[in-house]
Amino acid sequence: MVEFLQQLINGLSLGAIYALIALGYTMVYGVLRFINFAHGDVYMVGAFAGFYLAPWVGRFFPVAEGGGFSWSTTAGAITILLLSMAICAVLGVLIELLVYRPLRSRPRLTVLITAIGVSIFLENFGQFLFGAEPKYFPEILPDRAIEGVGELTITVNQVILLVATGVLLVALRFIVMKTRIGTAMRALSFNPTAASLMGINTSVVISFTFALGSALAAAAGILNAINYPSIDPLMGILPGIKAFVAAVLGGIGNIPGAALGGLILGVLETMVVGYISPMYRDAIAFAVLIIILIIKPSGLLGKAEREKV
Amino acid sequence: MKQLLSVSFAVALLGLFAPAQAEDGIPVGEFASLTGPNASFGQAAHNGTALAIEELNKNGGVLGKQLVLITEDNRSTAGEPATIARKLISSDKVVAVLGEVASSRSLEAAPICQENKIPMISPASTNPKVTEVGDHIFRVCFIDPFQGTVMAKFALSKGFKRVAVLTDEKQDYSKGLADAFTKAFTEAGGEIVREQSYSSGDRDFRAQLTSIKAAKPDAIFLPGYYSEVALIAGQARRFGLKVPFMGGDGWVGSSLLTVANGALDGSFFSSHFSLENQDPVVQGFLTRYKEKYNTVPDDMAALGYDSAMILADAIRRAGTTESAPLRDAIAATKDFNGVTGKITIDPERNANKPAVIQTIENGKFKFLETVAP
Repeated sequence: MVEFLQQLINGLSLGAIYALIALGYTMVYGVLRFINFAHGDVYMVGAFAGFYLAPWVGRFFPVAEGGGFSWSTTAGAITILLLSMAICAVLGVLIELLVYRPLRSRPRLTVLITAIGVSIFLENFGQFLFGAEPKYFPEILPDRAIEGVGELTITVNQVILLVATGVLLVALRFIVMKTRIGTAMRALSFNPTAASLMGINTSVVISFTFALGSALAAAAGILNAINYPSIDPLMGILPGIKAFVAAVLGGIGNIPGAALGGLILGVLETMVVGYISPMYRDAIAFAVLIIILIIKPSGLLGKAEREKV
Repeated sequence: MKQLLSVSFAVALLGLFAPAQAEDGIPVGEFASLTGPNASFGQAAHNGTALAIEELNKNGGVLGKQLVLITEDNRSTAGEPATIARKLISSDKVVAVLGEVASSRSLEAAPICQENKIPMISPASTNPKVTEVGDHIFRVCFIDPFQGTVMAKFALSKGFKRVAVLTDEKQDYSKGLADAFTKAFTEAGGEIVREQSYSSGDRDFRAQLTSIKAAKPDAIFLPGYYSEVALIAGQARRFGLKVPFMGGDGWVGSSLLTVANGALDGSFFSSHFSLENQDPVVQGFLTRYKEKYNTVPDDMAALGYDSAMILADAIRRAGTTESAPLRDAIAATKDFNGVTGKITIDPERNANKPAVIQTIENGKFKFLETVAP
């Protein structure tokens, strides 16, 4: 039982990362109806931004000796998180502006293939710029096990990961449901032509969507790196694809669905590794994709859309 | 003037991209994982090989000709080595192929070299299956049954009776070394208390570590590659799993110690060579390597160097680069004084060499002992 609970916690913290990345896929799909396959690589850039920012931020907010709690450490970590989210937001907007916008009136397949091109570019440019070697992500938040939870091992950073994911989800929900720009996003996703006829500046809304999605990917990159402190330019490929599966599982285009899909996938994967065989770790994600596309193509929380004839 | 500049720039570019001219030299092929997760392996081995070729050419080359090294990057990816081997043999017409560190990737290229009767020398693939592919496949390192036995005996001598094994399911190297260790360890009276596995490229090992922790082992045998080993060790320590890790030569990679960040202190692994060896061959190599690359060579660099030197020595003795006599000359290599020790190629085309056991102290490698075969 202890082992099962432990695996459940492990699975939830893995799922939280998938959930954060999946949100970016789902938002872009919701607004533009295309899968931004470069999204996993934005997550990688987020982690590297944190890697290069850490020493610089560390000068203003030094990490406390001994690794205990301190305001300086916390402030430093939050600064790194926010700065790297900002960098990736800019990157997301630039990718949309330079690559996807000129192709907006082209067939969706063209944009999809271009997205794969952007992804390959970011991976290889990353190898050129950062080096192909895995790098050690500095301890911006020293991790340690929390005492007093019986035989379970929960680390501080696992808790931070889950809490931060929750906070980001609530913030996102607020932006999408309660703000003007969020309403515009929903209008665009409902009917782009009607939205622009109503005076919504579609380009601004699309840029904002990319900025928001990329910022969440950067947050996932940093939160992942404080738990698994090794980063390399190809680290985004597999989580990117799995987060895509999570988005489809929850119902692509549906924000709570993406979060739910990510958590389910993370737990499922960890249980398979723990109780069946690690060989099936990656297979399970794609088996889930196939099954959901056969049984309920609109995803767990998605609504079936009828093709208008 | 502007035109002249652009023309000369174009000419320079052409020179940059033109294929290595092999007409008046001896083309030697090399495939390595220069990028991707195992980039440490490929870059080190390539640096060693390139240094050897440079030194040979400076001293007049081999048989009066310069050696031309043609290197291809396989991006640490399955599928690439086979394509590269075909390209090196059919389009570059290489006389021999040097490569890889990872056994799985050597095993992909080996059948193609064997089919085309082009000798292949692997610097550091220790899985026995590599040279079993055929009589044209050689290696300059020891093999896993030996390495596994060395570590099994060492574990018992340290008083580790209950050991958990954590294997990389995707790597032939890891599986072979785990089997060799398990066999030797249980025969000598040890007990394997838990077997778990992961796949290269994984980042989350908490599921496996949870299971291993429940078995309460004295030590964990982790015959993986440095890229995952460092992460596993870090996660284990934060998980409250304090027992030492043990592993093989796959641990040798420049990012092992930085990524592990102290988590591997007190762990042990077997490898090919130690810089603390005062032999002038080793020290000379160390100095020249440092001069050229500004960094200290590791095992893979030393083995890459030896693989090229043994090939050159065989070409000299054969007096030709024809496939059959060259193959026989490599097979006849005896007591070659390499950086990684005296190398004799045995009838199974493996090198008979001692292993070195090292430990990690305060984030640094430390030589412990040499174990003869």
